[in-house]
Amino acid sequence: MAEPLLATRSLYKAFGGIVATDNLTLEVAAGEIHAVIGPNGAGKTTLVNLLSGLLKTDAGEIVFDGGAITRLRPAARSHRGLARSFQITSVFPDFSVLDNVALAVQAHSGHSYRFWRPVRGDAALYAPAREVLARVGLGARMEVLAGNLAHGEQRQLEIAMVLATGPKMLLLDEPMAGMGVEESQRMVELLRELKSDYTMLLIEHDMDAVFALADRITVLVYGRDIATGTPAEIRANSQVREAYLGASEDV
Amino acid sequence: MIRGMLGKPTAISTVVVLVVFAIVPFIAPAIGEAFYVDVFARIMIWSIAAVGLNLILGYGGMVSFGHAAYVGIGAYTVAIFGFHDINNGFIQWPVAVAVSGLVALVFGAISLRTRGVYFIMITLAFSQMVFFLGVSADKYGSNDGLNLWNRSYFPIGDAELSIDGEKTFYYMTLVLLLLVIYLTRRMVNSRFGRVIQGARSNETRLQTIGVATYRYRLTAFVISGMICGLAGVLQANFERFVSPDMMDWPRSGELMFMVIMGGMGTLFGPVLGATAFLILSEVLSNLTIHWHLIFGPLLILLVLYVRGGLTGLIGLFERRPGDG
Repeated sequence: MAEPLLATRSLYKAFGGIVATDNLTLEVAAGEIHAVIGPNGAGKTTLVNLLSGLLKTDAGEIVFDGGAITRLRPAARSHRGLARSFQITSVFPDFSVLDNVALAVQAHSGHSYRFWRPVRGDAALYAPAREVLARVGLGARMEVLAGNLAHGEQRQLEIAMVLATGPKMLLLDEPMAGMGVEESQRMVELLRELKSDYTMLLIEHDMDAVFALADRITVLVYGRDIATGTPAEIRANSQVREAYLGASEDV
Repeated sequence: MIRGMLGKPTAISTVVVLVVFAIVPFIAPAIGEAFYVDVFARIMIWSIAAVGLNLILGYGGMVSFGHAAYVGIGAYTVAIFGFHDINNGFIQWPVAVAVSGLVALVFGAISLRTRGVYFIMITLAFSQMVFFLGVSADKYGSNDGLNLWNRSYFPIGDAELSIDGEKTFYYMTLVLLLLVIYLTRRMVNSRFGRVIQGARSNETRLQTIGVATYRYRLTAFVISGMICGLAGVLQANFERFVSPDMMDWPRSGELMFMVIMGGMGTLFGPVLGATAFLILSEVLSNLTIHWHLIFGPLLILLVLYVRGGLTGLIGLFERRPGDG
């Protein structure tokens, strides 16, 4: 395998006595969708927070695109090309949909020590923002306040903001969270389209979506990688069935 | 029409207040209430400070409970220059604003590492430090304060521009207020303003999309301190007196009240707030010495029940049925 785009080496994080990420070594190759699944409390969101820099690692290393990013702040990681979405929708609720995305574009268009020119109508920001919104299917909702969007639309906006930063890789924390069947279907379609352009780490509870999209899957239980492989391998893995898939089938 | 031009339902009240500001020096003496010229000069000075605080409190979501310190620093800088017989405004004013900004840089750099109630407490603590510095400055009057024997003057060539005239001073203050409002307007609509408001709205998200928020919030904090410093410069010149009392924490609270009362995060709200605050306290204190008993609950009611302060309240009344 070629050099992975993202790799963690013995990543470790504990909250008090609870180990959330236990010596995790993970490699995501460029161009693939790598899904991370696991029961609630397996440490999936913690992993995304460590990768995006919202949490500090206790030990271990994160390498992205050939450089260590373990100690970089979230903003710096974004500038390296690593973008994340949030499980619980995190947008600027009092900004319009278009302004949300324009701000993401602005964050990657040089510094913001520009005090004079009105940002509204700045084509350098708004043209790309409109393009991205059209791509995720929010083209008709650009002037709505983000806080007034329906839940599914807010999930789309999450993706739009991620894309607007011009990333190399997406960290998607449950992009289908709280979505209906039809909306999930559309999100799967969108992610499939994006696959040709971006490497993705996908955390998702929706198993249909995971098996439809992922090239490789890692199964986390108590912060530990108990299996990594292709969807077929994971499906066949008895340990996984016991720890996770079996349990969910019982429900 | 005007509403359409300014795009806010409060445009009429904005214009009314500005017209009142502009004609007070002619009207007040004519109706035998000349002291209202002073009241309105004071209102405009406090308005400048409130606009400055609003930049971080309203637009930036930084609840600074210590901004009277920067007003005080601006004022004391002028007074101390005066004490040492330096009355040249071209020296006094820039230095006063710069010192306010510098102190805001130091205090802000530390305070902005905290969040929520800790931020409120640490900004309060820093401003009380400045207050006690004033109290302990024996050379400069300590508790009794310091008189200014001369207002600033501005030598231009061989001529000397004086601001001693009441009308000159009044209109200079009005122009500076308008200038500060205009600059704030440019700022909040710029890329910088977007970042500041984004950090208020959702700082974590702003960081993950690639903005190192700390330095922008600090910049806003410094600019805010400098605007308050300018208000201090005017206050010292207006009252011809400075004292530690103007930096004590109740002054910071009053400044916050003006902003919250007027409408946080609106361009003109702080001006409405400062106007209402000072006129109400003027009127009520003439009625009874226990005027705080009426004033306090009034403020609480406004903050509790009217979203957006006075700007919101006026918006409610100005909105006709069918306006949506």
